[in-house]
Amino acid sequence: MIHTPHVDWFAISTILALLGASFVALLGAVLVPRRLRRRFAATVSALGFAGGTLASIWLYVESAGGHRVISDAFYRDRWTALGQILICITGFVTTLMGAEHVARRNDDHIAEFFALLLACSAGMAFFVGSANLMVMFLSLEWLSIALYVLCAIDYDVAGALEAGLKYLIIGSFGSAALLFGSALVYGSTNHIGFAEIAAAGGSGDGLLVLGLAMIIAGLAFKMSAAPFHMWTPDVYEGAPTTVTAFMSAATKVAAFMLAFRLVRTAFPGEEHLWSWAFVGIAIASLAIGNFAALVQRNVKRMLAYSAVSHAGFIMFGLAAGTPLGGRAMVYYLIPYSAMAFGSFAIVGVRERELGVPVTLDNIAGFGWERPFLGVAMWSFLFGFAGLPLSGGFTGKFYVFSAVYDRGWGWLVVIGVLATLLSLWYYIAVVRAMYMRATEPEVTGGAVVVAGGAPAREPLLQAAVAICLVVSFGSLFAVQPLVELARHAAGSLF
Amino acid sequence: MITTVLIWLPIAAALVVWILPLSRYATGSLAVLVSLAEVGIWIEQAARFDFARSGLQFEQRGSWISDLHVSYHVGVYGFSLWLVGLTVVCMAAAISYGFWVGRDRSRAYFGLMLFLSGTIVGVFTAQDLLLFYAFFEGMLIPLYILLGVWGGAGRLGATVKLLIYTMAGSLLMLAALVAYGLHAGTFDLVDGPTSISRWIFLGFMFAFAIKAPFFPFHGWLPDSYREAPPEVTAILSGVIAKAGTYGMLRIAITKFPEPTSYYRTLILALAATALIYGSILAFRSPDFRGVVAYSSMAQSGLIGLGLFSGVGLGLDGAVLQMVAHGLVSTALFLLAGTIERRTTTGLFALLGGMAKGRPALATLLMTVGIISLAVPGSATFAGEFLILAGAFQRAWWWAAIGCAAIVLAAMYMLRLISGVLHEARGSTVDDAALDLRAGELALIVPLVAGLVFLSAWPAGISHHSFAGDQPVQAVQGQFK
Repeated sequence: MIHTPHVDWFAISTILALLGASFVALLGAVLVPRRLRRRFAATVSALGFAGGTLASIWLYVESAGGHRVISDAFYRDRWTALGQILICITGFVTTLMGAEHVARRNDDHIAEFFALLLACSAGMAFFVGSANLMVMFLSLEWLSIALYVLCAIDYDVAGALEAGLKYLIIGSFGSAALLFGSALVYGSTNHIGFAEIAAAGGSGDGLLVLGLAMIIAGLAFKMSAAPFHMWTPDVYEGAPTTVTAFMSAATKVAAFMLAFRLVRTAFPGEEHLWSWAFVGIAIASLAIGNFAALVQRNVKRMLAYSAVSHAGFIMFGLAAGTPLGGRAMVYYLIPYSAMAFGSFAIVGVRERELGVPVTLDNIAGFGWERPFLGVAMWSFLFGFAGLPLSGGFTGKFYVFSAVYDRGWGWLVVIGVLATLLSLWYYIAVVRAMYMRATEPEVTGGAVVVAGGAPAREPLLQAAVAICLVVSFGSLFAVQPLVELARHAAGSLF
Repeated sequence: MITTVLIWLPIAAALVVWILPLSRYATGSLAVLVSLAEVGIWIEQAARFDFARSGLQFEQRGSWISDLHVSYHVGVYGFSLWLVGLTVVCMAAAISYGFWVGRDRSRAYFGLMLFLSGTIVGVFTAQDLLLFYAFFEGMLIPLYILLGVWGGAGRLGATVKLLIYTMAGSLLMLAALVAYGLHAGTFDLVDGPTSISRWIFLGFMFAFAIKAPFFPFHGWLPDSYREAPPEVTAILSGVIAKAGTYGMLRIAITKFPEPTSYYRTLILALAATALIYGSILAFRSPDFRGVVAYSSMAQSGLIGLGLFSGVGLGLDGAVLQMVAHGLVSTALFLLAGTIERRTTTGLFALLGGMAKGRPALATLLMTVGIISLAVPGSATFAGEFLILAGAFQRAWWWAAIGCAAIVLAAMYMLRLISGVLHEARGSTVDDAALDLRAGELALIVPLVAGLVFLSAWPAGISHHSFAGDQPVQAVQGQFK
């Protein structure tokens, strides 16, 4: 006789909203006439994400004291809710961008695109709240499979299939590592629940340590932290830019927020191990991400390596593992997600104008041609570099404070040097956009560019505007956002 | 409140200029009006400032990141009041110059100039370390774009050097301020305690020494000063370089008394080297802007001598010299701009003989040049005299080095004056190169008038910079 667990439907309302919308969008792929399909699916997706955002905000308000629900498999607390809010908002702006940008040569797969996007976000929303190793692995697979398909959805575009396949193979490797690690941890402690693993102790057990190491490696794949980042540049470059933008923001949020919860609740006794592991990964990410980005000409690849280096900065908060570290990590993720999404979206615009991959040469003059997008782009890039124009500045300040507070002053110096290095390639883009003249040949031949004014793309501009407001506003509204993070992290300590 | 207005009014105006599709004339007029309004607000502030009282005035405090005890805290002291005044006056001149010459892409240009103006005022008034840092870095963003878009032919290389050099310093300062603030439990400059950490002190000093610049951190200077548009160079050397020396006074010397005295000889030596080496480079420079650029490096060294002499006369003189040299340098670079517009060049080899038939230009350049070389009776003479007297109290040979530099200053400045105004008529100087027009006079004459006023009454600044005119006590008491 199997007992049916009591289900707290409210705790999973965000996931249900997203899944429901995904279902409707998928039905639309079959039932709605082709000419209305894009509009229909985009509307459903926007509604789904708006509903998910509202549900998770409500969940945040109502879940002051965190506890586990559904047979102790899922956390209902503010940490989960905050992660879900960030994922849903990212999904919403992705919808805005995707409505104009995905699969525009034929509308065959547009409804599937939105259905997958919603399903993937639902997986992420599940992932951040998982309370045992089984749910963690299942939701990781759930979101990953959706992402694999999303990466390859524009399969008639060169590189998209390759990106999807690369992501599939390397991502599976990461998932396998995570699964194997979970099995080892289970073998060592006889538990799969995070809290039970911590209670079982087993500190110093070689099996447990190996398991933890493999779980960290599996999560680091999703964070695209070095040395588990090999897929990042290829996939970011080959995937449709809408998907790249979504991945760069939402996947990082989900992976980092889950990782913080996992190591805090399941492995508090091994803090001396995982904090140093994260420090090592952070330094590797900063070094590899920055040095590799220096030599890129393709802007998407450069931004991909910059995403690797930012994984290093975000990991400062994770490595510190303190309440301040948690706040710093969550705060950093907010402006970072906005800037990452926005910068990829703008690259997507240029890509659409030219029909060829965007490089430092053919982005010349973009700043003057599209004033709003140009200004947004340089403010994002300067924000990445930590100049005080957006929350990227306060985010860096916060993670540096967190590691300094932990007693790692030398790590601050490494972070500072990495920031200095990163400046070089960020300003290369700004320089190309504003300070070089457009040359006739950079458009890649007259075949591609039909001439005339570029598409107006109001939805995409709205998405970029949202990113701009978030990244800029988070500089001024640091304290309210930190309070959000503080209440969220409260359930972990 | 009035301090906050001084900071945010130009930044708000910048946003207006960027968002509203105004015409070139409307944009320029708005920018000039706002910059003049800034001068007006500052005069109001100076008139209401109580020079006898110690402590921060026109203070405003609001919360920003209470989690880490970071706040929005602004206010002015006597010396910062003068530097804010220098900023608004020079910015008004520079923005008007940009309007006069009709810079293209006017909305971007004037927006950036206004934004720059707000951030510089922010640097001189911020009383919270993170806020100070934000403005200190924030200056770089408009500066970078102004130099990179409106600069000369070699601008791209210049922007890279400027950004990498100054960011290297600033980021170390970020590390230092994180360390200082978390140790002290507050990032507030007024409430914060003194620290004995030499590493933190060096982190701050590194940033300020690059900005000032001191030898050997001046690698970015010649390219930036030559390639930037003249009005931007004027701000760069007249005002922004002073942010470096201001930071030394407000943060390095005040908050780190023990490291200051430990490293005093080293820093004095670097400052003296900047003074002598800068003067020699200025003498060797083939062009107008090069002379003024290296002379401002030399002047930064002189100001550093005054600040780190650690005696009252030196500190008084340093503040006076910051303001006086700011005005001199702004006026000289704007004059360089007017000459370049007439002759397309600043090379002495191609210039000469411009005094004939151009009385206004000749008179102004002569006046500013003479003040610049610190002829007795001028504001810069008063400043240099105070600094050298202060350095003499530290040890006689510092003063001896400084005196040598005064001789060098006369050499390079007279070379500049004769190279432009006298000697044989240069190949690029023809009759089409007219005398200064009324519009140009309206920009430069007020700066010169300010200098003449300061020459007549240098005590206006040197006796009104520190509470009760007791600089050493004020610094030791952390200006409380």
